[in-house]
Amino acid sequence: MAFYDGLFDTLGLRDWCDGAGDGGPMTMAELLAKSSGRTAEEAAADPTPLLQTPFPSLDALNDACPAVTRTRDMTDGVENAFLAIKDPLKVVLDPITQPLSWALNGSLEMFQAIPWFVLIPLLGLLVWVASRSAGLVAFVIGSFLFLGFIDHYVYAVQTLSIIFVCTLICVALGVPVGIAMSRSDTMQRATIPVLDMLQTLPTFVYLIPLIFLFSVTEPKLYGIAIILYAIVPVIRLTDLGIRLVDKDVIEAADAFGMSDRQKLWGVQVPLALPNIMAGVNQTIMMSLAMVVIASLVSAPGLGVLVLRGIRNLELGVGLVSGFGIVLLAVLLDRVTKAALSRINVSQKA
Amino acid sequence: MTETPIISIKGLYKIFGKDPTSALPLVTSGMGKSELLEDHGHVLGLRDINIDMAPAKITVIMGLSGSGKSTLIRHLNRLIDPTAGEVIVSGEDVLRYDEARLRRLRQETMSMVFQKFALLPHRTVLQNAGLSRRVRGEDQETADREGAKWLDRVGLGGNHAQYPHQLSGGMQQRVGIARALASDSPIMLMDEAFSALDPLIRTDMQDLLLELQNELKKTIVFITHDLDEALKLADHLVILKDGAIVQQGEPQHILLNPSDPYIEDFVSDINRARVLRVRSVMQPFHVNGHAFAGTVDSNATLESLIEISGGDTSHCYKVADDGRDVGILEMKDLVRALVPSRPGNDDGPAPHA
Ligand SMILES: Nc1ncnc2c1ncn2[C@@H]1O[C@H](COP(=O)(O)OP(=O)(O)O)[C@@H](O)[C@H]1O
Ligand SMILES: [Mg+2]
Repeated sequence: MAFYDGLFDTLGLRDWCDGAGDGGPMTMAELLAKSSGRTAEEAAADPTPLLQTPFPSLDALNDACPAVTRTRDMTDGVENAFLAIKDPLKVVLDPITQPLSWALNGSLEMFQAIPWFVLIPLLGLLVWVASRSAGLVAFVIGSFLFLGFIDHYVYAVQTLSIIFVCTLICVALGVPVGIAMSRSDTMQRATIPVLDMLQTLPTFVYLIPLIFLFSVTEPKLYGIAIILYAIVPVIRLTDLGIRLVDKDVIEAADAFGMSDRQKLWGVQVPLALPNIMAGVNQTIMMSLAMVVIASLVSAPGLGVLVLRGIRNLELGVGLVSGFGIVLLAVLLDRVTKAALSRINVSQKA
Repeated sequence: MTETPIISIKGLYKIFGKDPTSALPLVTSGMGKSELLEDHGHVLGLRDINIDMAPAKITVIMGLSGSGKSTLIRHLNRLIDPTAGEVIVSGEDVLRYDEARLRRLRQETMSMVFQKFALLPHRTVLQNAGLSRRVRGEDQETADREGAKWLDRVGLGGNHAQYPHQLSGGMQQRVGIARALASDSPIMLMDEAFSALDPLIRTDMQDLLLELQNELKKTIVFITHDLDEALKLADHLVILKDGAIVQQGEPQHILLNPSDPYIEDFVSDINRARVLRVRSVMQPFHVNGHAFAGTVDSNATLESLIEISGGDTSHCYKVADDGRDVGILEMKDLVRALVPSRPGNDDGPAPHA
């Protein structure tokens, strides 16, 4: 006698339950009960005290009525459903995402092909263009020389390359989505829950379906994971930035007969730029956080060393590469913030 | 008004709210603004507006804040669409325009100056001034040339490369005016263009506007809540209250013949000697036995005449306009005109209540 037998009897569902025959392999609970020397029947024969009323879960209901699926069957069902759509999904997604693999591989090769004595000054130059700050240039060059000195240069450059590609793609996809959201309230209402989900899902959770879809050796696997995770702030802040543009200025643009396109590129996007750049800054930071986790699925870079540190309990390796990541984070943050403040100064209202 | 109007507003209604068309019959049958808001949750923006605006003249629309001035001026270039009514510009119904035609109207026929300047903060003064040209698709060189020309004209020749936030409010509004002038549009809309400025700078800007107008002869629609400003600038004055017109006409006429206690209140605080002009209080020219104490211009203010006469009220002056004798001014009439009159009591000052 299972606890919920009475329920099914009174609902008149007994025939339906028994008609379904008995339900597949044993559950863990049944197995335990068996190994402790009692059959499930015997155990259920004692009347259950009220305080131990089992939660009416799938497994508990299955005890009383075999027609109800067990939780394990349910997860199997989800897996089978996913496997069933996997192949058609792959046919569509594979070609679309293939360029991502090329971009990630190409960029990795390019970054590593450039000799260090060219790349480091080049980075310095880039920082100078973006920030006009000699101190920052010195900091960046110093950091890379230091990383090179402790033989972490290649790893750092790999990480940088992945962030570079993923951030570019986040901006290229995120800014248009943000613009679309700012122009339509319906679009905004539809998109925000998706963004919330992407941001709150633990990063490992969306690695799981990706691992099924793509093989672990493909760079696009970690590329997609990083992009999904890091694209959220660019989208949000583009939307917000455009919505916050001074209504009076927009009205003036309308009054002088600007077309929607002139208004977007001539007024809204430039005035939203400080917010968009703040979004890019966060996107870069989040890519960096994700790139470490992505090492689990074969992303190269400093994350690999961190993983090695954890796996082999090589404390020193883990700490030093962790420090390298912090250094990269500080440096990327400083440079994007310096670029941002230059924009802010030029358009203080 | 004898000329054909360049802008003609006919039976214009604007109701803000969820379902303006269903609220319209209530308003046409006479429901007031507060009742409409309380019982039906709609805001009455404008009620039965009819105005003809003459070309090359300044039409001033005056009213307290919330009276619907901004709403009204935004109907002219359709930044706001009406609930009912017509807006005719140069003989064409603006409400029939499609997107593209409407943009052309805004680019070529009407330009606008804003209370809060509304300059593009990320563009230099010169780029702001040439904005309308660039919007129209004219090349950079033309835009800069026209922008520079009008910046020089409003006295900002040396500020081309600066950004708006580096300028004072008065200078920013000069850029706003240059931006509007650079489009070469025959019509200029000015929504409280000088209200955000300090009094002294405001006077400067009014003088600048009148000077420019003398030369350019644009059709200007000017919004203000300040009666002094309205009287200084207006060729035609429209007084708005709660979305409806209370009185419109020649400003001097309104001042001398207020049609409504609301307007009497408005005009009672004004320095009449400074605002009223000789032509408004003179009698038509006729030959009489009087010896004239002198000749005055018909557009002189009463204040200037009081100064000339040294306060002597027994004199009588000949009024001339462009060298022609057009009227006679008795100092007694002048003094009488300085006291606000009650409607229906035209020929003498009423004891002030
Ligand atoms: N978009 C709108 N929605 C609802 N009410 C509005 C809107 N715009 C203006 N109003 C109302 O219309 C009236 C006139 O406003 P406005 O034209 O801005 O007045 P003014 O410019 O004379 O100060 C006010 O009562 C205001 O609250
Ligand atoms: Mg207003």
